[in-house]
Amino acid sequence: MNRFFLSINVRELVRPLGQLTLFSLGSAAALSIIVLIMALVLDQTIIGETLTEKLNVSLYTYTLINLPQVVLDGLTIGFVYAAIALGYTMVYGVLEFINFAHSEIFAVGAFVGVEILIALDQTGMLRNASLGMAYVFLIFAILAGMAAAGALAVTVERVAYRPLRGAPRLVPLISAIGVSFLLQDVIRLVEGLTTGDFNRIFPTFGNFDQRIIFGKLALGSTNLTLGVSIKSLIVIISAVLMLVGLNYLVNATRIGKAIRAVAQDRPTASLMGINVNRIISITFLVGGLLGGAAGVLYALKFTRIDPFVGFFPGLKAFAAAVLGGIGNLTGALLGGIVLGMLETFAGSYMGVFTMGAAGSEYKDIFAFSILIFVLIFRPQGLMGENVGQKA
Amino acid sequence: MSLLLSLNNIHSYYGHIHALKGISVDVHKGEIVTLIGSNGAGKSTTLRTISGMMHPKEGSIILNGKDISKMEPHDIVLAGLGHVPEGRGIFPKLTVKENLEMGAFTVNDQKVIEERMEYGFSLFPRLKERVGQYGGTLSGGEQQMLAIARGLMLNPDILMLDEPSMGLAPVLVELIFDIIETLNKKGTTILLVEQNALMALSIAHRGYVLQTGEIVVSDSAANLKQNTMVQKAYLGMD
Ligand SMILES: Nc1ncnc2c1ncn2[C@@H]1O[C@H](COP(=O)(O)OP(=O)(O)OP(=O)(O)O)[C@@H](O)[C@H]1O
Ligand SMILES: [Mg+2]
Repeated sequence: MNRFFLSINVRELVRPLGQLTLFSLGSAAALSIIVLIMALVLDQTIIGETLTEKLNVSLYTYTLINLPQVVLDGLTIGFVYAAIALGYTMVYGVLEFINFAHSEIFAVGAFVGVEILIALDQTGMLRNASLGMAYVFLIFAILAGMAAAGALAVTVERVAYRPLRGAPRLVPLISAIGVSFLLQDVIRLVEGLTTGDFNRIFPTFGNFDQRIIFGKLALGSTNLTLGVSIKSLIVIISAVLMLVGLNYLVNATRIGKAIRAVAQDRPTASLMGINVNRIISITFLVGGLLGGAAGVLYALKFTRIDPFVGFFPGLKAFAAAVLGGIGNLTGALLGGIVLGMLETFAGSYMGVFTMGAAGSEYKDIFAFSILIFVLIFRPQGLMGENVGQKA
Repeated sequence: MSLLLSLNNIHSYYGHIHALKGISVDVHKGEIVTLIGSNGAGKSTTLRTISGMMHPKEGSIILNGKDISKMEPHDIVLAGLGHVPEGRGIFPKLTVKENLEMGAFTVNDQKVIEERMEYGFSLFPRLKERVGQYGGTLSGGEQQMLAIARGLMLNPDILMLDEPSMGLAPVLVELIFDIIETLNKKGTTILLVEQNALMALSIAHRGYVLQTGEIVVSDSAANLKQNTMVQKAYLGMD
């Protein structure tokens, strides 16, 4: 083995994978048990009877059979939230400042990625692309979205936050909200002037919409196909790669050590020869890169984007960061996964469990109620602590 | 002796507060120079202004012949200045070893880093026993040792220490002052800020007395100890 491989800190690659697996399995198991118990109880009531009449299946079986799909969907969106949440948490950890413009940085990433693909689509290149080329185009779009969002995040910090660094805390916060609105309108303006259409659609190409089928399950009188869409897999795999990469950067590199030092004590860090402004820029860059990638992945998964596309994912990712313990990298992963799972479980089962009275459109109320509940008892978030510490 | 550091007519402000009102300080190669004064006199402000954590509104600061008054701290460090700040500035969630590595952030040669770390351990064997412990869990004395050892990681031409005796038991104060003398004998120039004026004057070659942002007396340490004003105000004699 050469020196390069010897100098890789394997532990810092394996540990986050372990954490991600643990968080995913843990939250999936906990929520599954809860819904299964609820289903067992509700089976004895009119709710169970109605379902049996309609689909010829008990509520318990219905719940059980749908679980794998729900868990996969929850993971997909959970990893997207985690990637966005890391942007909030990195910046908070270093500056104790909530970058409310991060949701628009995510949106810009999504737009840049989608516009590139639309442009490619119009040349006909996407439709005629081989499968390999389709993936090349997708990766290119993700990288372009990352680059744009990363550059934007660095610019926003330089222009709108850095001059306010000595000001009272509320001042940069207001600036961030201002930047957020500004960017929304810039996207709207640019899209309006160039395409005349605010809604952009992720072009159909490659095999991303296909599903890998694991098998069919009998669900009363109907059949349920068990599978995962390729795009969900892409989202999950890309997110895992990014999350592991970020963990490595922060915990096992020189830059990461500097980031942690700046987070813990900025003036002293500068006395160590660390260029604090450069580290802060790098922090924004990394957050922007993750946010931009999340934007393109989000567009891949949900197809349609508009200038306000950042709002809800941004808000939820922020909530996820707070849930996990803002400023804590591991917390952002946990918060993202838990929130994504919660919302998907709620969206999938609330309708059946309430006989349609409270359908999936209420899933956010449910997810956020849990969030408030958790924070009442653990205001520091699930993991507490700080980015300064090793994740 | 050649001039290593010189402050000429420095004015520093916190917003509208005029904290340094035109002070001039010279430090020659090989000296221990102490800056004494009561609370709020501007001692820490002087060190902060030198290390670039704040910039003077007026005046020049020459280090090794170069004006550093407009430079940023991370560049001034590279010009040969070490600053052990007031309150020690230990990174609480980094281990002792990582804190020391931070001190050598700009050094790329792993061998040099290890040599200097060993040197720090030879001065403060206690630190070696605590390498894996978080900085925040060290005792006050151990933190001060770590802060000094970390300040030496770049092998600075001049080391500035801001109240190294603060909050330490008398035995530890002795130890720290012994080490400062040792360092000086080995060639490190020292600028020492102290409230413990007697201790400071006992190891320093020269001293400056700071009062509300102005230098009121400067003389050899021996003469300052005999100065009635200094005796009254800072040495607790009548
Ligand atoms: N961050 C700050 N903002 C505003 N004023 C400050 C700040 N830091 C110090 N000052 C003021 O500047 C003056 C000099 O402070 P400085 O910390 O240099 O004193 P000092 O001599 O180090 O005192 P001590 O022995 O208590 O550490 C004081 O009047 C202090 O109130
Ligand atoms: Mg002071």
